Amino acid sequence: MPDYDRLLAAHPFFNEFQADYLHQIACLATTVCYERNAYIFHEGDAAEQFYLITRGHVMLETFGVERRGSISIETIEAGEVLGWSWLFAPYRWHFSARTLEEVEVIVLDGVSLRYMCEADPMFGYALLKHMAVIIMQRLQRTRLQLIDMYRADGG
Amino acid sequence: MLVERNDPMLPRWYRIQHRREELANTFTVTLEPQDHEDIPVFDCGQFNMLYVFGVGEIPISISGDPAHPAPLIHTIRAVGNVSNGLQGLKSGALIGVRGPFGTPWPLALAEGKDLLLIAGGLGLAPLRSVMYHVIAHRKAYGRVTLLYGARTPEDMLYRQECEHWRAHLDLDVAVTVDRATESWRGSVGVVTRLIAHALFDPAKTLAFVCGPEVMMRFCAQELEKCRVPGEQIFISMERNMKCAIGFCGHCQYGPFFICKDGPVLPYYQVKDLLRKREI
Repeated sequence: MPDYDRLLAAHPFFNEFQADYLHQIACLATTVCYERNAYIFHEGDAAEQFYLITRGHVMLETFGVERRGSISIETIEAGEVLGWSWLFAPYRWHFSARTLEEVEVIVLDGVSLRYMCEADPMFGYALLKHMAVIIMQRLQRTRLQLIDMYRADGG
Repeated sequence: MLVERNDPMLPRWYRIQHRREELANTFTVTLEPQDHEDIPVFDCGQFNMLYVFGVGEIPISISGDPAHPAPLIHTIRAVGNVSNGLQGLKSGALIGVRGPFGTPWPLALAEGKDLLLIAGGLGLAPLRSVMYHVIAHRKAYGRVTLLYGARTPEDMLYRQECEHWRAHLDLDVAVTVDRATESWRGSVGVVTRLIAHALFDPAKTLAFVCGPEVMMRFCAQELEKCRVPGEQIFISMERNMKCAIGFCGHCQYGPFFICKDGPVLPYYQVKDLLRKREI
């Protein structure tokens, strides 16, 4: 069995967490490998896991009525976290996540993590603070995408 | 009236030898001088003033190989009167050329260090000459990384060359697009997101950033978050240039004339100016 205490401590999301917290989180961890072009989760499904990508690239995507195929939103890769819908009601994935190559993830039980947050507000604050940084970074990147800064008129 | 042969205000006549359509509104011209004299040597990052007779003059970065200045190569996006005028010219047409002007990318300073090139959109054109130079002098540099962000896969400049560079075992090349098409299998998201995933030693890295100003500003902030000192970040600025030799003041940017003190400037010198929208 992998040494999840060590793996979590080395991950950018958790590397500032206290060792006792890391140990509790490590008890919720498993490792899963996905083949290329596999769906880790689908839009609308129940969101119950928190994923730390340790190898490979994942595409966040959605679909539109007018387009038959999927619409790519953003690529998430090794070293990043995938999914926060497990933390916020109604606990449903807003987008789908598809692997672009062979992908390895550490899967954490999101429901248990939520219970930990409720039971220990200090832990809950630390986790939400780190998640807020991720959400802020993604929001800022999305805003830059919306600016359409490379458009022909110099926008 | 006698005219100084080396008068920097006097254009030389060049003939468009060849033109290549890169993107819908972007094209590359190769130029040969009509006086059959040598094309001036240039440094990576410098620009020429291209003169469409009867229309006007614009600054365009040189995107060719500095080791082979002939023919002169410029990649141009048609967005204004002069660039649209250039787009309307066919092979064989004559234009005026002055230059090269401006400060280059500090390649000598980068020797022995990691080199991180970050390009957005058409910003790859002024960095292409750096890629040529680095590939020809590969041993002089540490890890070399090119991060390139384009609007869509169809808007990728020099796509074949990017694929060629990517095949080099001693170059790291990462490409991302803001909006993907269904057939795109690569990375999606803004170019800033590639920075944190690139491998470099921040203390021993020089970063050259070229693209729209907003993109350069956010890239520089991301580089600083990754602990690259502001003194080691260089950006290439664009302003409305007329004389190109620091006389007319059209391109004044705070205490700088972009034509003479730039276009390549250390980020730390313009960091505060970049935050001011009225400059």
